[in-house]
Order: sequence, then C-alpha cells, then structure tokens
Amino acid sequence: MNRGRSRFLLSVLAFGYAFLYIPLISVMVYSFNDSRLATVWGGFSTRWYGELLRNEQVLDAALLSLRIAVLAATLATVFGTMAGLALSRFGRFRGRTLFSGMITSPLVMPEVITGLSLLLLFVSLQQLIGWPGQRGFMTITIAHTTFAMAYVTVIIQSRLSGMDQSLEEAAMDLGGKPFRVVFDITLPLIAPAMIAGWLLAFTLSLDDLVIASFVSGPGGSTLPMVIFSKVKLGVTPDINALATLIMVFVSTGVIIAWYAARRVQRQTEKNMQAAAKQ
Amino acid sequence: MVIAGTESTRDTLWQRFTIAIPYIWLLVFFLAPFAIILKISTADPIIGLPPFTSMFDDDGSFVATVDSFKFLLTDKLYGITYLRSVLMAASATVLCLLLGFPMAYGIARSSPATRSILLLLIILPFWISFLLRVYAWMGLLNNYGVINNFLMWLGVIDEPFRIMYTDLAIYIGLVYSYLPFMILPLYATLERMDLDLVDAALDLGARPSQAFRDITWPLARPGVIAGCLLVFIPAMGEYVIPYLLGGPESLLIGRVLFDEFFVNRDWPLASSVAIVLLMLLVVPIVFLQRSQAKDAEGGA
Repeated sequence: MNRGRSRFLLSVLAFGYAFLYIPLISVMVYSFNDSRLATVWGGFSTRWYGELLRNEQVLDAALLSLRIAVLAATLATVFGTMAGLALSRFGRFRGRTLFSGMITSPLVMPEVITGLSLLLLFVSLQQLIGWPGQRGFMTITIAHTTFAMAYVTVIIQSRLSGMDQSLEEAAMDLGGKPFRVVFDITLPLIAPAMIAGWLLAFTLSLDDLVIASFVSGPGGSTLPMVIFSKVKLGVTPDINALATLIMVFVSTGVIIAWYAARRVQRQTEKNMQAAAKQ
Repeated sequence: MVIAGTESTRDTLWQRFTIAIPYIWLLVFFLAPFAIILKISTADPIIGLPPFTSMFDDDGSFVATVDSFKFLLTDKLYGITYLRSVLMAASATVLCLLLGFPMAYGIARSSPATRSILLLLIILPFWISFLLRVYAWMGLLNNYGVINNFLMWLGVIDEPFRIMYTDLAIYIGLVYSYLPFMILPLYATLERMDLDLVDAALDLGARPSQAFRDITWPLARPGVIAGCLLVFIPAMGEYVIPYLLGGPESLLIGRVLFDEFFVNRDWPLASSVAIVLLMLLVVPIVFLQRSQAKDAEGGA
C-alpha cells in the first residue's frame, strides 16, 4: 500500500473517531463538575449524581421507560421472529409483497410521520370504540413494538438466509413435522439473533423521543421526554450525570456482548476446522 | 423450499397463524394509520375535540377538501421549508460520505483484530441514546462551551465564536448522528471488495485517482447508495437536532410538522405536511428497498 495514502487514511480515521467520541467524553468529564454553570470548571464533585438519584421525576420516568422497553422488546421479538420465519422459510404466500413492504418501511419512515400517524389512529379508535381510553404506557408500547419489530425481522431474516438449511432438511426427511422442526431446530439456531434483536428493540424503545411524544398523553412521560424538556432550556449538570450513567451502562453491555459474540464465533470456527479435519 | 406438499393440516394452520399475527399487527398499526392521515388531511380544522371536521356530512354524503394542500402550495413559507430541508439533508449526506468513505476504507483495510475494534467503536454510539448524543454537542458548541473556551485559551479568538443556534450547528449534529449509518453499509461493500484489483491497476501504471475512479468507486457503489439513503431519509424528517442545536429561525420540515400539530393544533395541516414529506421520500425509500432486496439476494 502506498505510504502517502495510508497516512491520509490514518489521519481521517483519527479525526473521525475524535469527532465521534470527544462530545461523549466531554459530557462525562463535566458530569463531575462542581459548578452549577455547565461551562465553568468548579472542581471535582459527584453531587449531581446524588441529586439525580433524589429526583423523583427522573426516576419515575426511567421506570416507565424500562417497563415499556421490556414489554415492547419482547413483543417485537416474538412478532419479528414470526415475520422473519414467514419471509425466509415459508416460500411464497398471498400478500407477501405487501407484508415485506410493511416490514421494511418502518425502518426508513421519518419518526415524525410514524408518530403522527399512530396518534391519529389512537384518537380515531378512541372515538370509534372507546379504546385506548388513556394514552401512555399502552399506546407507547404499541408504537415501539411496531417500529422495533421491523428491526428484529431484518436481523432474524438475515440470520436465516445466511444459515445452512441442511439440518432442518435432514430433520424433515427423518419425518419431523415442520412445526416441531422449527421449535426443536430452527429456533435454537437463531436464538443468538433473537437475543440481539431483543437488545436492539429494547435500546430503540428506551431511546425514542419523537414517537413517544406523539402517542403519549398527560402523565405518561418517558425518560427521553423528561430529558428533552430539561435540555430544551440548555445544558444542566444533572443531565450530564444521567448521560454519563447511561453511556457507561450501555457501553459496558455492548462491549460484553461483543466480546462474548467474538468468543462464540472463534469457538465455532475452531469446531468447524476440527470437524473438517476428521 | 423446506416446507412443501407433505405438511399436515395442523402444520399449515400453524404456518398461517405465524404469518397472520405479525401481518394483522402491521395492517392495524402501520398501514391503517396512513389511511387515517390521508383522511384527516382532507378535513377542515375546527376548534373542538378532535380538532377537525368529519369525513361525512350529517346526511351521510362524503366530504373532502384539499384546502390544507392548497394552503401548503400557496404559502411561501412551506415551499421554502421543504426546499431547505431537502438541501440540508442532501448537504449533510454529502458531508457524511466525504468523511465516511475514507473511514470505511481505512477500517476495511486494517488488520482483522483492529478492524473488529474499530467497527465496535462505530457501532457503540448507535446504542447510546440519540438525544444524549445531540445534547453532548450543546455543551461543546455553546458561546462559553468547550470549543470556544479552548479557542480563547489558545488565543485564536478573543470573543466567543457563535456556532450554537446556527445552521453550522445543525450540520454538525446531522453529520455526527448519522455518520455510522453511512460507514456501516460502505464498510460492508468495501470489505467484500478484492483489494488485488486496485494493486494490479497501480502496478500496471494507473494513477491512484484513476484506480479509485475506475475500480474502487464502481465496486463501492451499492454501499454508497445505501449509505446515502440511510442518512438522507431520516435527516429529512429530523426534529431533535434542529430543535436543540438550531436557532428558532432555522425552519426544517420535521419541526414545522411537530409545531403545526402541537402548538397550532391544526391537525389537517400537519397531516398534509406529513403526506407531502412522504411523497418527497417515496422515491428514495423505494430505491433503498430495491437496493437492499438486491443485496439480500446477492448475499444469500
């Protein structure tokens, strides 16, 4: 490789990663700033963490967000796995084109449109059948399930299409019922993809501000909604502390997952090599 | 296909059930809402609950008006806002490409061990809250934020350089937030590319720019297209970034839609804004789905 070119690539990479990480690091550093003014360094302190943990509004919102995220991620994983199986294992069926279109569209739909359309649906339903009586936990969960299941489906589909079908075919040839084959063979094989899908759906749900703002009602404030209403007014030290906690928590989780996935992958490669030798 | 011909009735039933559940869910919670947006966009705004007129008259006859659309087309403000949104999203896409392409190339060309760490570092911000990542820039870009303090400390400038609440801040926010969406598909195609082709061209006397134009770029095109669309489409409807980093005068369509709905409570107009935005995005969305379908077939 040309030396001038690799020097250029190195500097772009350095700039790119600095661009991605400097803002995050700066928030972390300033979360330990004693001064209430977010821009003046007033010495090291952890007082904002203490204030954060005493802030009931933030804690309530965090709890609501977690409850929504767990339920929405679980529903999205169930529906997404079903949709993924249907699209990559059931061949052609009536309405398949519409189905796959509806699966992938939420991935690229601007959030404002998804949010507005779902709110209008809930309002119309309420007029027609009186449900949902109150917007909040239930409506946000439905909205999050709908857009997160698209992501889960894509993950499941790509895992299924990259997977060798010989095990399933062998089981089928040996007289296994398709129903049992899916439960005993396919699902265990795609379990890692289902876990990845659940985690992604969980994160997407925890993150969402725009869609939740549309479909929520009075009293149903998720954590991003509370954060947004605070940061609209500017930088605040307790949000710095909250952001730091979230970033540390998420990064630890992602790094552990990455490390585990890499070990599994290496083990599989080793096993495959060993099998090939025999 | 695995499942053909031999299945018992119970198994077909079970398959139908597997298809039907997500299908019905999407029909109700994804497709039906669009029909409702369409319906409400043709209503008149009124003061009341819900704040729009019914689609049917008292005698049951169908009523629809295109007043909201007419208003959108005749009011200059909306035209300018749509145009500004397209331009800003397109410029942010180009900036992401300019930064993302060499980064993706550098990652694809590094050793396998480094590569997986570099990739992890690209994906990691994606898992961290979008809102908090935009918020992080508020602390940097403020008049007395980290960047200005640093520049003043260096003596480069004497008084704060105004970045916050300008278009520049919006661009920074857009590029920052959507850069991973550009890098990942680019990386996927560049990683599959045969580097020997470039080396062969260089050995045969091609200038690096020539090799790039004739080999790297054409081979990377599917990734470039996917990356650009993945940045452009969400950037068009962006609400949080212009709200937090842009000034009150920096009108972008996502924010206008939000305000039309929540502040002015003009639901028919907000629905029309959404429909026009969707029409602007239909072409890139269909294009993206085509290219991804092609990619999925090619990859399988």
